[in-house]
Amino acid sequence: MKQKEQSPTFKSDIKEGVVSASPVVIGYLPVAIAFGLLAKNTGISFGDTSFFSILVYAGASQFMALDLINAGVSAGSIILATFLLNLRHLMMSASISIKLENIKKIYIPLISYGITDETFSVLSFKEGKLTLPYVLTVNVLSNLSWISGTIIGYLVGEIIPAALQSSLSIGLYAMFAALLFPNLKGNRNILILSAMSALIYAIIYMTRIFSSGWDIIIGIVLSSALGVMIFDKGEEVEKN
Amino acid sequence: MALVTYIPRLIPLMFLTNKSLSPKVKQFLQFIPLTSLSILIVGGILTSSKEMILPTFAGIALAGLISYFKSNLVLSVFTAILASFLIINIF
Repeated sequence: MKQKEQSPTFKSDIKEGVVSASPVVIGYLPVAIAFGLLAKNTGISFGDTSFFSILVYAGASQFMALDLINAGVSAGSIILATFLLNLRHLMMSASISIKLENIKKIYIPLISYGITDETFSVLSFKEGKLTLPYVLTVNVLSNLSWISGTIIGYLVGEIIPAALQSSLSIGLYAMFAALLFPNLKGNRNILILSAMSALIYAIIYMTRIFSSGWDIIIGIVLSSALGVMIFDKGEEVEKN
Repeated sequence: MALVTYIPRLIPLMFLTNKSLSPKVKQFLQFIPLTSLSILIVGGILTSSKEMILPTFAGIALAGLISYFKSNLVLSVFTAILASFLIINIF
């Protein structure tokens, strides 16, 4: 019988996972609570709402689906819209695959389930290759937060003051900024890349050429591709 | 809905992990976190409702500044939340 090997860094990986996941856990709660509340008001049952967050687990598209259900849109269109909105996770998964070299393939389906904007950000910016305990800790904690938030929101959402909810959800964007900005230090190319992608996206968004979902994907693909074209092959982007 | 969300996440990880990629492709994939983050941030500001633009922008800017100098994630985020909470309540 095969003895399961525990990597020597198992415990510290989990600890690091907890630390890394904490901003996501804190940020997810208010958003998930808002979702739970909104779902209740849209007339969706508690069971369905919970399943929503468990099965789909993708913040923005869940809200959008509620919007569409409200508007009486057909199930087929909602599915298509969800697909498009979450397609950016395809790119994110591809990007993360580089850091997963040391993880056995069998865990991939489990890890994939947990890829969201926020977990993606945390995992991407972690230095070095990712270990299984770390990734699972981040994913599981974030996921639990999202699901609990949804349930809490559904049951008692009205109680929480709006101002607190809003500021906690800004925490997610603050987390993005806190992950991005330290990387802008000392590397002019990265700074240029970030500024360029922000600008490109702003233009795409303002001109409304693409619908929601596509605009983000196009923005990411376009600016990343431009980055590759502009900067030397030899440029060090990440310490891996 | 669950399937169309899950499958795009699964497929790249299933096929790309542990494959060696050309340097340009690898660089492209490495740029994605950087560009996505900038874009998600900008998107967050652009899609805020009118009264939320200031607190959102302030929170993001504050977190960015603090992390730039201090590199402490939790501190940056916590301060940002606090600041935006204050702004929301004052204005």
